Order: sequence, then structure tokens, then C-alpha cells
Amino acid sequence: MVPALKLTALKKVYRNRVEAVRGIDLEVAQGDFFALLGPNGAGKSTAIGIICSLVNKTSGTVQVFGHDIETQWAAARACIGLVPQEFNFNVWEPVEEILINQAGYYGIPRRVARGRTEEALVELGLWDKRRAVARSLSGGMKRRLMIARALVHRPRLLILDEPTAGVDIEIRRSMWRFMRETNRQGTTIILTTHYLEEAENLCRRVAIIDHGMIIEHGDMATLLRKLHRETFVLSLDQALGMAPELEGYVTRLVDAHTLEVDVENERDINGVFRGLDAMGIRVQTLRNKANRLEELFLGLVGK
Amino acid sequence: MARWRSFLLMDTEVVAFRTIFIKEIVRFMRIWIQTLVPPAITMGLYFIIFGELLGKNLPPVNGISFMDYIVPGIILMAVITNAYGNVVASFFSTKHQHYVEEMIIAPIRPSIIVAGYVSGGIARGIVVAFIVGVVAMAFTEVRVEQPWLAGLVLVLTASLFSLGGFINAVFSKTFDDISIIPTFVLTPLTYLGGVFYSVEILPALWRDVSALNPILYMVNAFRYALLGTTDVDLGVSLAVIVAFNGVFAAIAVGLLRRGVGIKS
Repeated sequence: MVPALKLTALKKVYRNRVEAVRGIDLEVAQGDFFALLGPNGAGKSTAIGIICSLVNKTSGTVQVFGHDIETQWAAARACIGLVPQEFNFNVWEPVEEILINQAGYYGIPRRVARGRTEEALVELGLWDKRRAVARSLSGGMKRRLMIARALVHRPRLLILDEPTAGVDIEIRRSMWRFMRETNRQGTTIILTTHYLEEAENLCRRVAIIDHGMIIEHGDMATLLRKLHRETFVLSLDQALGMAPELEGYVTRLVDAHTLEVDVENERDINGVFRGLDAMGIRVQTLRNKANRLEELFLGLVGK
Repeated sequence: MARWRSFLLMDTEVVAFRTIFIKEIVRFMRIWIQTLVPPAITMGLYFIIFGELLGKNLPPVNGISFMDYIVPGIILMAVITNAYGNVVASFFSTKHQHYVEEMIIAPIRPSIIVAGYVSGGIARGIVVAFIVGVVAMAFTEVRVEQPWLAGLVLVLTASLFSLGGFINAVFSKTFDDISIIPTFVLTPLTYLGGVFYSVEILPALWRDVSALNPILYMVNAFRYALLGTTDVDLGVSLAVIVAFNGVFAAIAVGLLRRGVGIKS
């Protein structure tokens, strides 16, 4: 099966000689939910820009479902739906018109586009706002509008560049549900996000890009196993004056009732419970101090 | 199979073209107070001042009253400004607010995008020509001796200046940039393009200089279509207008294909 996306030796050097993308090779399988992560300025948006024909590449090739973006550009572009980082719609246009026009650019006649627009707006909770000009929408609604617009021509590959930035948690979670459902129905999704918890929750595979190069690439579970250490925060039912000593573990007392424990990869958390139990200390709750992907990410990009 | 596929592609491009065209018409109709009323007022003032107040004291030009003589030029002047203004403002906003990206990522050829915007400019030019024509009727009896030729010149002129507006928008970085060409190029060329006079009255040197002004050919071709009089051979006029259209279209499509001012 041809990959949904294949980048080969993709390179972009801007006129000011900044090498934003330095020879990326990447494959995203059909049906995948793929995270493309990296710090600001790592080259994610440039790579996405090239895939979507918004940025001219310097060299290399891009294939979307086997269609080269240069030689079979029409077929390649028809497969892609993009939700960009910045709002890029006509703020004076009514919501409904934005979607109908977008469908029109993909050759979908108005009468068909009307039906699809209704479907997408209902799905994303914007149907009541269909006649409102885009300018009057809240930030979260504008984000959902961009998702609806990207889906109106039913793309096989949906690229979401920071889709939940600045969106409150309730809307973010409803967007996650929608993205999962879209992926379940067969749409390949590539997601860039600063919320690593989002990537860990949604994506099966991940690539980490830094300084224009892929520094890590694989399935999420395998990558997370590369973490050498995890820090757990334990809430205790009794007050302690000092951190208890547990053999093989590093412990720190945050406050009288909160204990932090570093657990190396080769050890397990049960040893902590056994040790504390032996000292008569009972644990009420337990949580990860940081998101695991975040730790891996920070370790890889050296921050 | 390949032929069938290319037929399908054509079909989708027709829809894409129609989408841009309708969007452009909706845009200028929605803001009709800014787009359709001003030319009626401005050109009405020209008819009052130049036609009624001053023109009554001027001798006929080529046997035609001064008021009648300036009607074709004033209609065409409105068409030029509005076709240009429509596309430059619309495409610049598209770029400025980044929603040009909606079209760039879609499977549309640059020529279709240019054609969509230019058709919008032509549509506004035609509507404005009709409005100014109606205003002119309040002052004189508007004659159209060759309607088909008048329509052709109108469309070609609107098309040429729509293309000009598109090219200006591609290079504009700020809203101020979109008024540079109209102020420093378009207005002088229009006034010196024989709207208010026959080039025959100019000294030989200035007549030769005027021959370099493409607007002279458009005004005269349109005047010929309406009144049957011209300073320039009709064939030469049409050839100049068509040639400029061809060159401007090639430039506009080339710029969009390379993504000048849009892609990095």
C-alpha cells in the first residue's frame, strides 16, 4: 500500500540562507494518526508548507498517496486538507460561504457543497453560526471553522498544524473526539502540537524534528520506552518531616504530605510502595510529575 | 482513460473558476456604496463641469458636440479605474489576510485563479459602464453605433486593467502600495489618453508621445463604437489592446505560478 505521505531528501533553504529543512526522509502510512513534533523554528511549519504547496522546496520530493506534488500536483492537492496555525479566512465572509467557496476550489459544485457544509458545521457545532461573519466568532469557533473548511472536500490526508492552540480544555477535548472519529473513518492525520499530552493521547506514531532534521521517528509506545527515568508524585496520608530513604530510588519531600520519587527504567514502582508500606507510610494518590512524551522530547532536543 | 481524467479535471476547474467569479461579484455588490455609487457621482461631476458648464462654450470636435464627444472617454475612464481597483483591492486583501492560501493549496491552475479575479474585474467594469451610461443620459442622448464593438472594447479594456490590478496586488506589501500605480501611472495616462480632446489638436511631437499611451487606443476604439469617430485606426487600436492583454496575462499567471509575494 502506498504511504499517505512520503518525503524524500526534502530540503528548504530560504533566501537569507537559513536551512529550515535539511534533507528530511519520512513516511506516514495510510490511516495513521501521526504526530510531527519539534520546538519553535524546528522546521515543522516549513515542511507542512512544502507538502501543501505554500512553500517552494529547494530539493527533494513529496508524494501524497503516490502522487508527486510537482508532476501530479492536482491529484496530490485534492488529497490534502490543511488546518494551518494562523487564521487564514476572509473575516468578513459568512461561515457558510467560506466552506462553500473552499469546496468550489476543489471542483465541488455549489449544490453538493451546501450539503457537505451543513454536515461539517453540524459536526463541529457551528451550524447556528452559519450566517455569522467569521470575524464575530470566538477563538475556539474560528479553530473549528478551519477544521470544518479543511474537511469539506473530504481529504484523505488531514494536516493539523497546532489545531488546539489557545482553545479551552472543554473545546479541546471535543476537538480530540472529533479528530479520533475522523481518523477512525479512514482519514490519515498528521498533527503538530505544543501540547505533548495531546500527541501522546491521540497519535500512534511520532517524528521529532529539530534544526530541520528528523531526530527521532517511530511508534509512540517504542519511543516512550526510551525514557530512562520517570518521576512520580505521591500524596501521603500522614505528614513527614524528611524524605524517607528507599533503596534504589531517589526521593524528595515537596511538602509534608507530598513526596517525589525518581524511578529508573529497570526498576518498577512496586518497590516504592513496598518500602513505604514497611515504614507505615500510606499513599493516597499517585501521578506522573511530567507528561512522558514531554520528558522524552526535552531530552531529545536537549532543553 | 487519460482523456476522461483530463475531462474531469477541466470540469472541476470550471467549478473553481465559477466559485472565484461569483465570490468576486458578491464582494463588490455587498459593498456597493463603495464600489458602484462613487463612479456615478464622480463621472456625473465630469459631465456637469466639462460637458455642461465648459463644454457649451467649446466648438464641436470632429463635428460632434463636446458633451457627446467626452461621453465614451468618461465611461471608459470609469471602467479602467473600477476594473483596476476591484482586482487590486480584492487580491491584495486575499494576500494580506492570507486566505489566498485557500486557493493555493487547492487543485487550481494559476491561470484559473487569474481568470476568476479578472472576470470579477470585468463584471464590475461592465456594471459601472452601465451606471455611468445611465448618468450620461441625463445630459445627452447616448448613441451606440456599433454595440458589439463597444462591448468588445469594454471587455478587453476592463480585462487589461484587471490584469494590471492583479500584478500590482502581487507586488504590494502594504495598503499604501496599491494606490501607487493608480496615482502615478493610471490617472496621468487616462487624462492624456484623449478622453477630453482629440489628439489631432496636439503639436506633432505630443501626438507622437501620445501614441505610446495604450489608453489612447482604447478610448478611440470605444469612441468609434459609440460615435463613429476616431483618431486612431480601429485595427491598430484592437491589436494594441489585445497585445497588452496577452502580455499582462502572461505576467500575471507567471507571477502566481512562481508564488511571487505569496510563497516563500
